[in-house]
Amino acid sequence: MSYVAHDETAYAPPAEVEEMELYHAKTWLGKYVFSQDAKVIAIQYAVTAIAVGLVALVLSGIMRLQLGFPGSFSFIDPSNYLQFVTMHGMIMVIYLLTALFLGGFGNYLIPLMVGARDMVFPYVNMLSYWIYLWAVLLLMASLFVPGGPTGSGWTLYPPQAILPGTPGATWGIILMLVSLAFFIIGFTMGGLNYVVTVLQARTRGMTLMRLPLTVWGIFMATILALLAFPALFVSAIMMTLDSLLGTSFFMPAIVSMGKQLDHAGGSPILFQHLFWFFGHPEVYIVALPAFGVVSDLLSVHARKNIFGYRMMVWAILAIGGLSFVVWAHHMYVSGMNPYFGFFFATTTLIIAVPTALKVYNWVLTLWHGNIHLTVPMLFAIGFIFTFIHGGLTGLFLGNVTVDLPLSDTMFVVAHFHMVMAVAPILVIFGAIYHWYPKITGRMLNDTLGKFHFWFTFLGSYAIYLPMHYLGFLGVPRRYFAIGGTDFIPESAQSLNAAITLAALIVGTVQVVFLYNLVWSYFKGKPSGGNPWGATTLEWQTPDTPPKHGNFGPTLPVVYRWAYDYSVPGADRDFIPQNQPPGKKTGTKET
Amino acid sequence: MAIIVGWLLRQTLNVQPWVEQSASKNVRSDGAFFLPPVKVGLGAFLAVATSLFALSISAYFMRMHVADWSPLPEPRVLWLNTALLILGGIFFQRARNAAQRGQIDGVRVGLLAGGAFTFAFLVGQLWAWQQLNAAGYFLTTNPANAFFYMLTALHGLHLLGGLWVWGTTVAKLRRGVGVGKLRLSVELCTVYWHFLLAVWLVLFALLLST
Repeated sequence: MSYVAHDETAYAPPAEVEEMELYHAKTWLGKYVFSQDAKVIAIQYAVTAIAVGLVALVLSGIMRLQLGFPGSFSFIDPSNYLQFVTMHGMIMVIYLLTALFLGGFGNYLIPLMVGARDMVFPYVNMLSYWIYLWAVLLLMASLFVPGGPTGSGWTLYPPQAILPGTPGATWGIILMLVSLAFFIIGFTMGGLNYVVTVLQARTRGMTLMRLPLTVWGIFMATILALLAFPALFVSAIMMTLDSLLGTSFFMPAIVSMGKQLDHAGGSPILFQHLFWFFGHPEVYIVALPAFGVVSDLLSVHARKNIFGYRMMVWAILAIGGLSFVVWAHHMYVSGMNPYFGFFFATTTLIIAVPTALKVYNWVLTLWHGNIHLTVPMLFAIGFIFTFIHGGLTGLFLGNVTVDLPLSDTMFVVAHFHMVMAVAPILVIFGAIYHWYPKITGRMLNDTLGKFHFWFTFLGSYAIYLPMHYLGFLGVPRRYFAIGGTDFIPESAQSLNAAITLAALIVGTVQVVFLYNLVWSYFKGKPSGGNPWGATTLEWQTPDTPPKHGNFGPTLPVVYRWAYDYSVPGADRDFIPQNQPPGKKTGTKET
Repeated sequence: MAIIVGWLLRQTLNVQPWVEQSASKNVRSDGAFFLPPVKVGLGAFLAVATSLFALSISAYFMRMHVADWSPLPEPRVLWLNTALLILGGIFFQRARNAAQRGQIDGVRVGLLAGGAFTFAFLVGQLWAWQQLNAAGYFLTTNPANAFFYMLTALHGLHLLGGLWVWGTTVAKLRRGVGVGKLRLSVELCTVYWHFLLAVWLVLFALLLST
């Protein structure tokens, strides 16, 4: 690509969005606690999400202790085992991954990457965080109420979720449902901000097709969440009414503990439809931001433009649209009209097409790239592995006939952990290593980072690869103990013990990551404004970390897309988005 | 949905972002809507609310095919309530038109009357609940009753939220804020009221026909 001299302003259409008036906090409390600055809100979201995620990590460790060494730990009984399973799942999916990707990275990166001073509704954005925190506290409170948290599994299927005999069927489930309702209200407030900021607050010259893919991923995930969360909201209300007031939305006529209950005629399948109408898009609410972020990480650290940018954008949109018509593949074993099964299996397999396009494009971005094996890059490449792995097992489970025998076995656990737990969390780690220098002004320690990566990446395989095999053997998920089951060989137990050891090691290694976060904040190498030599706007701010208002007196003007790396003829291997054409010098240190 | 896809196609299909010159040739605007952000925000919120009501209605349809469903007689007062909400919508529209023309008196009359009719609607809904309860159609007697109470409550809560914004607008009016600064709030209220009127008409038709 060659340069053609032009008048600079000809490249940028006139601004259509006026400068916004910023709210300036006057007190310390207003600046750092009840802050309306998206960057502070982002950090609040991230710290809360990571803290609650650590609780869920410990819970999974306890579960693994029971599975690996059954009967050795007296503090684990069948009831609280189920409670740990439930809380682990719900916290990780909703309160960690969704909150961290959208509330954390969304808040930090959207305004900076689109060239805005802040979110368009800062006050509502602040409320969003505090409602989220309230939801987290409600959920945590359920650990301390009589009966403990709900043990109905993260899917909360009625009727068992609210029947006596299921742990936490009185207080726990109500707190869970109310907490989810608050989470959704809080998220909607934040989500409206993310969508409107991307649509209306882009700086001059930042056309939709010049947006970094990170923004595209977060934007589409937010739209999915805004449309899918109401399904969970409605079902949470209906189940609360069933439980507290005795309605029969989901509760069939049922004899519980020898007693005929007052419920009659409710449809548990109705709940499953509503839950999975939310639940499947939820997978992509977590995955799409990861897709976006990983595209940017690969491009920056391979010093090469992303392969097939337009295809990547359209794949994100196609995946988002398709994710609303595949939900019943979670319900093959619930019984359904065979034509429905055929329909949902077909749509499920079709979704593999845009997803595979993305994977090819990531690999082709690396092809002939100037690959720097930095820590963020290691995590990004690790993601490609685990995501392909989890995606392929998804093809098995998407087919009705293959799913039926594998349903509710460890194979399913291995599949979804690979595709929507390990893969997105690797991206989150990569993203933290990548953007930490912008957030704090210091680099994270490289040696500790590499140690963290290799243990986490290989450890994840040590945990989940054998788990597929356990699933083939027929080891069921969610069971406290398998007992003497004829078709499961003794060796399955040794394998379970090995998986537990791997899980405990991976869990412990995360301490190194936390230590790195704290240590580097005080002692890390100063990073400068643009340590990776990246083109996007967040690296071009006058201050690092960026001050309130992000960009100094004038907003940047955007002249090019986000992927001008290694452009022939340029004197540096990157050209920032806000560098006018014709000027050949880069503006930032490397 | 078609509008969104069409808009996206226009924004994205013909564009070659990696070619610098494309900015001046192919992209006339940066794709933002020519609307204040808060209006786009309301639009997005209405999409969320539509999803909420649409899902509740599909749950209603799925549940009504189970054998124990016995529809409840709709209280007559619902017809009166519908008329009240329509009147409320008309007055909000008048307030909006007056705001466009810059007539503060028209805005005042429209807003106050619109709000009053909405309050009357909500009181009427409570009255309908009261009548059903008195006739023995309790929440738990039948799923049709439970759905009736839940759907009307969801709709009522959305109206209450609207009335909160209406309250802040009226407070501004009382403080003597000029019509120019009120225009946007009045317009947003009007759009929201029309939306909730439409939702109510759909819900009412659904309750009557099943």
